[in-house]
Amino acid sequence: MDRAKGTSAAMATLRARLGELVGRPWLWPIVALALILLVDSVVSPGFFSISIVQGRLFGSTIDVLYRGTPTALVALGMAVVIGTKGIDLSVGAVIAIVGAVMTNLIHRDMAPPLVLALTLGTGLLCGLWNGFLVAILDIQPIIATLILMVAGRGIALLIDEGLIVTFRSDFFSAISTGEFLTVPSRILVAAGTFLALWLLLRRTALGLFIESVGGNAAAADLAGINAKLVKIGAYMLSGLCSGIAGVLICGDIRGSDSNNAGLFIELDAILAVVIGGGSLAGGRFFLGLSVVGVLIIQGLTTSILVSGLPPEYNMVVKGAVVLIVLLLQSRRMRGSILGVFGRRRA
Amino acid sequence: MRDRYLPLLATVTVFILAYAVGGLSFKYFLSTLVFGDLLTDNAFIIIAAIGTTFVILSGGIDLSIGSMIGFVGVAMAHLDTLGWHPLASGALMILFGAVFGAAMGFIIDFCEIQPFIITLAGLFLLRGSCFMVSLDSVPINHPFVSAFSDWRIPLGGGGRLSSSALVMLVALAAGVIIAHFTRFGTNVYAIGGDRTSARLMGVPIRRTTMMIYALGGFYSALGGVIYALYTASGYPLAAVGDELIAIAAVVLGGTLLTGGVGLVIGTLFGGLIQGLITTLVNFQGSLTSWWATIFIGVLLFVFIVAQRSIISSFMRRRAS
Repeated sequence: MDRAKGTSAAMATLRARLGELVGRPWLWPIVALALILLVDSVVSPGFFSISIVQGRLFGSTIDVLYRGTPTALVALGMAVVIGTKGIDLSVGAVIAIVGAVMTNLIHRDMAPPLVLALTLGTGLLCGLWNGFLVAILDIQPIIATLILMVAGRGIALLIDEGLIVTFRSDFFSAISTGEFLTVPSRILVAAGTFLALWLLLRRTALGLFIESVGGNAAAADLAGINAKLVKIGAYMLSGLCSGIAGVLICGDIRGSDSNNAGLFIELDAILAVVIGGGSLAGGRFFLGLSVVGVLIIQGLTTSILVSGLPPEYNMVVKGAVVLIVLLLQSRRMRGSILGVFGRRRA
Repeated sequence: MRDRYLPLLATVTVFILAYAVGGLSFKYFLSTLVFGDLLTDNAFIIIAAIGTTFVILSGGIDLSIGSMIGFVGVAMAHLDTLGWHPLASGALMILFGAVFGAAMGFIIDFCEIQPFIITLAGLFLLRGSCFMVSLDSVPINHPFVSAFSDWRIPLGGGGRLSSSALVMLVALAAGVIIAHFTRFGTNVYAIGGDRTSARLMGVPIRRTTMMIYALGGFYSALGGVIYALYTASGYPLAAVGDELIAIAAVVLGGTLLTGGVGLVIGTLFGGLIQGLITTLVNFQGSLTSWWATIFIGVLLFVFIVAQRSIISSFMRRRAS
């Protein structure tokens, strides 16, 4: 008798724990990522094997991380902007501009660190322009950043004079495609950026400021937060992150391809932020989970590649899986899943 | 003057000013020929944008427009090779658009997922479906297509009102009637203004949301049919990114992305302003492709700022 009571109490605790777990924002993205990796390992045996080839880590999981870095960087900036109830459609165009500026400066025989500084400065400047339109001129973010999205590739082509300009630079190749202690250096760049942003936003009150501006800008203003400044800062951060992504992308192809660099990256980045629990209604963003979102998207792309499906199927599969992940994340769906558990017990 | 007409007035003023600038700068700019072409060339995007207006008025957004236009074209081209009449395949695709939209609306409301993301998934699904149907541009050779594009109402002075433009104007009239003279239209404004209040006042949220996105799908599919007839082909990469053009048309037309504020007729002028930008660039003629893109961005910026300052100057005059 006592034993039965004990079991039912244990079951109740378990159910409560489970309920709590199901309600956690981090659970579903991580479950989705685990599922995709699981499918990968079934489809492609040896998916998780990592070896060292020519002094460099080598394997499918490393490949997912490697290819995901530019999108992850963009998604980090995007998460911050989305936290302020904004959106940044111009990230792809900023990547193109940054790449064109970088290529141009390299051809002037400037010292590489100076080129890097000026290039990232260009990204910040692009962000400042977006922030100015959104915060000072009070234009709706989607339209404000659309302006640079449209004009940005034109500016990049203007700098490149309409050509795909290539360069040779050991410094930038090392950053983008090199390795450090067997780890591809771009993964370290992304990890470093993530760490810096996390410390800046989550170990200070800045992240809270951003979320309060996104939740209710007027109230935040009354509470003594300079909402305009926070918004401008968020867009500049996004510009900087896109700038770093641009350096990686252009270092990879050793040139500036203004028409194609970072094309449609904004969609993947926004998707990653939302899969990671960020709210487009503002007031909520997660840096780490946004990166998980990127890994989900990249893992998916890689799994379609290794599964041998014809490339025409890429987008449909991607759309379908994203839809499933989103459905799993929705509170009502969680409710019905819990409901199933409850009914089974009864 | 009531507040709700202010943004429309600003948009129309900007449109007329831009037209006047074009007329002063270029010979033959002020002709019925240019005006007729402006209506024809932008018909498909304005049609799609009318549906988007409803979506945005309800506080939502639809990113699947460009993919829908592309998919409709590819599917019509494919059905053409199977011997379907374009009117039949077009009707089927419009039905598909409405059903697809309704499904997105259902998911948005039932699962409480942000419309931006659901319609983004819709974008991927539809564009991906384009690639699955065909990877190449496929012509639509049916005689109806050339009959459709040959039919026109002469406007005098060399210009003409094409069948595309006529469909656009009819679709616009229907949109205005739905928005302002039906219970559904009132419900859309109510949901966009304050969802919770609308629910408490008895607006059927789920049914209305599904109808809103169905209407959005209907209009973007109709835009796709017009685009397919206009280009006489289906191309899997057609209209990539046009959802942003349609959204920009709605916003330039004075509709707020936050929902509840705006007029369907404004979208016509929003779309025409964007068409006018392209026309101005074409008339200029000597711009390299990159200067043209930069110029389009600059003009977009100028128009938005002009519209804002017109509205705020009106407000100031009223206040004083």
